[in-house]
Amino acid sequence: MMSQVVDQRLNENVGVDKYLTAAPWYQRWRPRRVWHYVITYALILPGAAFFVLPFLWMLSTALKEPDQIFVYPPQWIPDPLRWENFSEGWVKYLPFTTFLINSLKISINAVIGNLFSCALPAYAFARLRARGKNLLFAAVLATMVLPTEVTIVPQYILFTNLGWNNTHWPLLVPPWLGWPFFIFLLRQFFLTIPKDLDDAARIDGASSGQILWHIILPLSKPALATVAIFAFIGNWNNYLAPLIYLRDEELLTLAIGLNQFRGQFGNIDYHLMMAVAVLVLIPVLVVFFVGQRWFVQGIALTGMKS
Amino acid sequence: MMNYLSTRRRSLTLAQREEIDFYIFVSPWLIGLIFLFAGPILASLGLSFTSWTGVSAKSLQWIGLENYQALFSDKLFWVSLKNTFYYAGGSVALGVILALFIAVLLNQQVPGTNIFRTIFYLPSITQGVAIAIVWAWILNPQVGLLNYGLSFLGIKGPAWLASQQWALPALILMSLWSIGTIMVILLAGLQGVPQSLYDAAKIDGAGLWGQFRHVTLPMISPALFLVIVTSTVASFQIFTNVAVMTEGGPGTSTMVYVYYLYLNAFTYFRMSYGSALAWLLFVVVSLLTWLQFKASSKWVYYEGV
Repeated sequence: MMSQVVDQRLNENVGVDKYLTAAPWYQRWRPRRVWHYVITYALILPGAAFFVLPFLWMLSTALKEPDQIFVYPPQWIPDPLRWENFSEGWVKYLPFTTFLINSLKISINAVIGNLFSCALPAYAFARLRARGKNLLFAAVLATMVLPTEVTIVPQYILFTNLGWNNTHWPLLVPPWLGWPFFIFLLRQFFLTIPKDLDDAARIDGASSGQILWHIILPLSKPALATVAIFAFIGNWNNYLAPLIYLRDEELLTLAIGLNQFRGQFGNIDYHLMMAVAVLVLIPVLVVFFVGQRWFVQGIALTGMKS
Repeated sequence: MMNYLSTRRRSLTLAQREEIDFYIFVSPWLIGLIFLFAGPILASLGLSFTSWTGVSAKSLQWIGLENYQALFSDKLFWVSLKNTFYYAGGSVALGVILALFIAVLLNQQVPGTNIFRTIFYLPSITQGVAIAIVWAWILNPQVGLLNYGLSFLGIKGPAWLASQQWALPALILMSLWSIGTIMVILLAGLQGVPQSLYDAAKIDGAGLWGQFRHVTLPMISPALFLVIVTSTVASFQIFTNVAVMTEGGPGTSTMVYVYYLYLNAFTYFRMSYGSALAWLLFVVVSLLTWLQFKASSKWVYYEGV
């Protein structure tokens, strides 16, 4: 077993050396390698097109004049580019600024709530010893694969009896009560942090809370960022819960507002609906591209463990 | 109060203190578990034996198994179950194969891998109403992008969402667009396969397929198992795309389980019937997950365990 591990390390090191000392790329071109590249790209590129074209198509439609929408064959680059679709669609029928504020409020609350309510249990599961811990962790795993739809009817009844129907509370409170997948993800990450660090702090008299705050969390930024990104995007895109709980127009989120646009005005102003859809998507893209740096760092960090 | 706590603290052993900390730290989640998961699941079960249309306790009435009897003779229930199985089977099988294929390609260490990884991953986080609207437009039979693309191959595309036969396959096709997450998991699995195993296989005379079949697949089988279980559960939850794009139609061709549950509980306000549906969803998904775990011992290979 041990020798196997050593072998593996050696091989990995050889692999690294190969890259570090490799000849420049133009000396590495050999027919076999060239064919390898050609075949790989020939297979990847059509796939990449399938994945990227819907976004471009969406943007293209969002910039069209109304009478260009149903032109066939479709025109990829509209002429003229109708940039005012964005501002017009945003205000013409529905108060999207209000929806934006609601969506931001709900999503940002979910980020903070989830970070709090998932980091604490994750730390407890990763580090603290207690009776019943294994059983509780089994509950985390079991609820992780449970479809949320199973609980939605009784939750609705519960929140309605609390007087929370047609308020934001059913969307604001649950993020503060943990989310099994995030707890699991953070726990896995916390386990990779050397325990010597908190043992040393423990001997110096630090409490569990101080260890979590001063040692574990600063070392877990990539995992915390991953949770924050998933929480933001998940709540931003969420449709079922706001659909069930929110009715007054000033409470609606972007997802609901956009669907109302589709249902009532989408056939008249397709270009405007598509422009609003682009705007709804932009925060998700921003969060993703800002967060990607953290994803990459997270991969690098897990590679350096032990 | 402070004083009392600190003197008490000192009298506790280290282990006791740790245990108290544990329960304080897990308490937010524990409250959630009780009020948002365990309680509601039990309440679902209880409610499913009642006849109830409102949310106030007055209209509550015990009717035993009547909801379940009604369910089993409810044609739409069976249709929704069949459609959901069809959708789940199609999107999981095709999705995992496609994701594995892309992951293998991205593992070839050609320049630009990072850009391609981003491109393939991006759609999986942009799910929602905006994307459903875009896809409804892409799937437009006359001027949609998909049929336009197919026309280059000499294929006259079907009516997709307007066709009873093609609406569900269209949703499966759309689900293939968002396989990014499972692709990333599989790619991480592929990158963890030690090169030494491939070298050994080559010495034993294995070709590319032999290496894939006897080295790659067993080594990434835990990752494959993970993505199959999670994407099966996820595909049983399909809701937004149906609610926005088809509303279960045309006819009942895209009536899927969660959408039917939603209609019953929140459009017709048949709360107890909805509870019976929710509880059955719980049973079906648990059963499927259990079966997958059972079957996994036959094909999943855990290194060194």
